[in-house]
Amino acid sequence: MSLNRQDIEKIAQLARLALSESEVSAYVESLTRILAMVGELERADTSHIEPMAHPLPGQRQRLRTDEITATDQHALYQQNAPQVQAGLYLVPRVIE
Amino acid sequence: MTALHELTITELSRALRARTVSSVDVARAFLARMDEHNTGLNAFISILHEAALSEAKRADARLHAGESGPLIGIPIAHKDIFCTRGEKTTCGSRMLANFVSPYDATVVQRLRAAGVVMLGKTNMDEFAMGSSNETSWFGPVRNPWDPARVPGGSSGGSAAAVAARLAPAATATDTGGSIRQPAALCGVTGIKPTYGRVSRFGMIAFASSLDQGGLITRSAEDAALLLGAMAGFDPQDSTSVELPVPDYSATLDTPIKGLRIGLLKEFFEGLEPENAQRIRDGIEVLKALGAVVREVSLPNLPLSVPTYYVVAPAECSSNLARFDGVRYGHRCESPRDLMDLYVRSRGEGFGAEVKRRIMTGTYVLSAGYYDAYYLKAQRVRALISADFERAFHEVDVVIGPTTPTPAFELGAKTADPVTMYLNDIYTIGANLAGLPALSVPCGTMQGLPVGLQIIGPHFSEPKLLNVAHRYQSETDWHRRIPPGFG
Repeated sequence: MSLNRQDIEKIAQLARLALSESEVSAYVESLTRILAMVGELERADTSHIEPMAHPLPGQRQRLRTDEITATDQHALYQQNAPQVQAGLYLVPRVIE
Repeated sequence: MTALHELTITELSRALRARTVSSVDVARAFLARMDEHNTGLNAFISILHEAALSEAKRADARLHAGESGPLIGIPIAHKDIFCTRGEKTTCGSRMLANFVSPYDATVVQRLRAAGVVMLGKTNMDEFAMGSSNETSWFGPVRNPWDPARVPGGSSGGSAAAVAARLAPAATATDTGGSIRQPAALCGVTGIKPTYGRVSRFGMIAFASSLDQGGLITRSAEDAALLLGAMAGFDPQDSTSVELPVPDYSATLDTPIKGLRIGLLKEFFEGLEPENAQRIRDGIEVLKALGAVVREVSLPNLPLSVPTYYVVAPAECSSNLARFDGVRYGHRCESPRDLMDLYVRSRGEGFGAEVKRRIMTGTYVLSAGYYDAYYLKAQRVRALISADFERAFHEVDVVIGPTTPTPAFELGAKTADPVTMYLNDIYTIGANLAGLPALSVPCGTMQGLPVGLQIIGPHFSEPKLLNVAHRYQSETDWHRRIPPGFG
């Protein structure tokens, strides 16, 4: 499986990553190599094998009672925000 | 009197409780070494003088009040992937270069409650993606055994700091070998517990079905003490396991006569003869203690690297979607619109390797490729896991090398990511199967440390630490100090 520039640009767009021209070239090459290495998986006979999503089989997602456990700490959390105003996160205008 | 930095945690603990030394003295001694050596090694992203001394004072007060917990006043370092309240938590990334965590990771909080003093935050590969510590936004860490060589990764700062005696121990994380590989390359002890044993809450996520917190220490004895305080059920981590935590220290000296060791056939294929010999020397020590050795084969294990490089990037692309430049983390200058804000903040905030993995993951999860790559890899993961399960019907633990070579030179493998990925060929299997595994130093090659890896069934940490401790009672590789750091 060989990738071209359009493939990389499409993937970058899906992944929300801005790439420079030289980055695109570098990723064409390295992702092609990675996919070639990953292609070895085809050697394995996996018919009748269930996909394994989790390393500890039989584990279930726990549920907890629906109680309030968190306190309002938005002022503390927003200390890390790039831009806030009146307790709100600011982003560029979305609706004209 | 032995210098404080030469003492193990067990020895420091005894001295602290006998009150022959104070926690403030111990913290000062390590902070001074960190200040002296960090310029050369770059093992720390943050050195926390103030926090360390105030925590040490608190520990001294607890000791003075008659408390006797074995970890009260013991200083350690935390990998900068663990959130530490009020302190910078960067994950080795420009994206989080100025992030101050509003809360503590469960691991940090538990160790703090046990009286552990935090000395600093260790350098690491960006978002734990790397095997050489060269992907850190804060620059590479150097190996204390040879500054021209890498310390391994991603927990390279933790391994280098412990090897150079800048901290008695350090927390670390392991997604594909990130504890064991740097431990091997720096000549220290590293344990990755069973998946789910240690809480992932507040440990910045890379690949959630593989990530596991653990330790880099100087000995299995020290690891047993710290793991006991770190491990255990945490309702804040949805995959945390509800099982009691055994007393890991209590079984360290159990005789290993009759222990069935499986020699991993696939791990020795292609291994350099001198490297293989170091591992066999280590196994001889265990045989002399009564262990029985037989060869075992895990035929699907050679597929662990390709399996991992589908599963881990897929999970990474999903986990790292949260970095959007809106709520925290890097934001680009003057975004034109929301899309521009997302793509440029992420494009600038993430380094080359992180972007490579996000894109690999995005690709294997994208429409039309999901079955061929992601589901296929999950099926092969099941085969690898079943191989281990079969082996553990015949043997108690499996043993082999931790890495294919000792520490390599900086820059030697940065040109081709696949060459770098193959470094994890012996460590990834345990992550895919969720198994506990540890690495202990077992000799040197051209003056560089070599690691012996021991892998066991789920929740066999007591056995792994027991075997490692018995080995370290008979050998002194773990006591060797890199030249210039004595």
